[in-house]
Amino acid sequence: MQKRAYFKANWLAYLFIAPQLLIIFVFFYWPASQAMYWAFTLEQPFGGGNQWVGLDNFRAVFSDETYWASIWRSIVFAALSTGLAMSMALVLALFADRQLRGYRFFRVGMIWPYAIAAPAAALAFRFLFNPQSGVFAYLNTLSPGLWNPALSGVDAMTAIIITQAWKQVSYSFIFFLAGLQSIPRSLIEAGSMDGARVMRRMLDLQLPLLAPTIFFLLVINMTDSFTDSFGIVDILTEGGPARATELMVYKIYVDGFQGLDYSGAAAQSLVLMALVILMTFFQFRFIERRVHYT
Amino acid sequence: MIERTPLLNIVTHAVLIFGALLLAVPIWLSFVAATLTVAEVNSPNVHYLPGGELWNNLTAAWTRADFGVKFMNSMIVAIAVVIGKVAISAISAFSIVFFNYRLRMVFFWVIFITLMLPLEVRIVPTYAVAANALYPFQAILDFTGISWLIAQFSGVELSLEWNMLNSYTGLILPLVATATGTFLYRQFFLTIPDELVEAAKMDGSGPFRFFFEVLLPLSRTNIAALATIMFVYAWNQYLWPLLIITDRANYSTVVMELRRLIPGPDAIADWNVAMAGTLIVMLPPLLVVILMQRWFVRGLISTEK
Repeated sequence: MQKRAYFKANWLAYLFIAPQLLIIFVFFYWPASQAMYWAFTLEQPFGGGNQWVGLDNFRAVFSDETYWASIWRSIVFAALSTGLAMSMALVLALFADRQLRGYRFFRVGMIWPYAIAAPAAALAFRFLFNPQSGVFAYLNTLSPGLWNPALSGVDAMTAIIITQAWKQVSYSFIFFLAGLQSIPRSLIEAGSMDGARVMRRMLDLQLPLLAPTIFFLLVINMTDSFTDSFGIVDILTEGGPARATELMVYKIYVDGFQGLDYSGAAAQSLVLMALVILMTFFQFRFIERRVHYT
Repeated sequence: MIERTPLLNIVTHAVLIFGALLLAVPIWLSFVAATLTVAEVNSPNVHYLPGGELWNNLTAAWTRADFGVKFMNSMIVAIAVVIGKVAISAISAFSIVFFNYRLRMVFFWVIFITLMLPLEVRIVPTYAVAANALYPFQAILDFTGISWLIAQFSGVELSLEWNMLNSYTGLILPLVATATGTFLYRQFFLTIPDELVEAAKMDGSGPFRFFFEVLLPLSRTNIAALATIMFVYAWNQYLWPLLIITDRANYSTVVMELRRLIPGPDAIADWNVAMAGTLIVMLPPLLVVILMQRWFVRGLISTEK
């Protein structure tokens, strides 16, 4: 939609947009271009500027097996936590949209995990998941050592995926519910006149109409899983055991700020940025084609 | 409700209650843990009902993590981000929607692209900028030869420096530098009918007056929504403060201090104090969301379209 009524004083327009442009230039575009520069250079140990090394940093990063492992883990983490959160949110929203008694209560109650900081949620789950006295300690009474995120990489991965999914459910739920409520009532009624029962209407009517929302949430949740993961990993598992939960953002932090390898971390940052952009692009290219906007 | 489906209604309720429990149980259990004694919290059978130690644990957590100053810091950062964001996004969206100049769409895309790469993804370079926020300008001046000119004529070696590490500006400004707000306002401004603008112009109102007396009152809901989203976002920041704050005594935020509450491997695991600390950290954004719920949901959803 394009407007036709405009104000004339264009100098004012430039003035109004200047602060925003300035701030994103300093904190977004400049840093991004710097990352580019660092990724292709190597900082000399005793100062004296950066030395151009071409693709060496990338070669080093990509020949590092732990890096490939971290990419892999990030993808598994993103896919599983997004899948878990979205499917749960979708089911809950579909049922909540039936608006039976108490529906308002659910609508309210399912929103608030959104407000909780990822690290705070992670600390709570670290308590719940601890093998001695947490809820999951019960598993260990069945067979000792069955559950221990401090020792088993699979358990630790499970723990961070559940935490992330738990945190994401409410966000997706809000969008799904709003999407469902924007479907015209008359469509639902027409469906039921034609003899479609509740479940049939959910599957054949509401789900397809919800496709744009599902797509949008897929993109958002996948991106979020890269950003939120740092707090969760840092508090819940600290990347361990034996790097089993070292996701990409966490690895950048460890290599760059604890290992002080800025060039390597910059190269990793670039790969991560490229991956996020590529992921968004692929989702638009291949999944959006199946989405019908009304 | 179109038809009678007693069986399905039971299923519906069951699913919803189960879902609500899944979401609520972790919080409930950590709340319960925050009310227990160390011995109780470490006993192998899980407690489901609160005990009487809540206040003691809260004060213990408060003093251990030294929350006094940090709570204040978190508040300052969150409120400053909210104000900065609400103001800057409003005027930039106003500029994009209500004026027609050549670079309009370019600016829009330049701002929009920043939505794709969140702060966590580009921490390394942003960190370098925070060490000297004026460095980009220095580099431009050097590159274009202006600093050389100045040095030639005035004899002054130009070196701009503004270190943002360990400061409130360093905590706040990078968080303001995202596009969410601008986008939200833009979507709303586009729904304002042309007739309103024409009418305002006909009544002799200039852009300033239109902005303050027509646009701002109309976008009250959006402002409330954006403020809520930004408060939660700023309060919950973890990685960024962790990087730029080394002077923890004066500048750290509450979320940063969570790490200190993790019980060590050797000592007795006082999860009760850790959980009390978690509750303290969780509470402010939770309250904001609960209070602002109505607007917040509307704002979140209107970003989609």
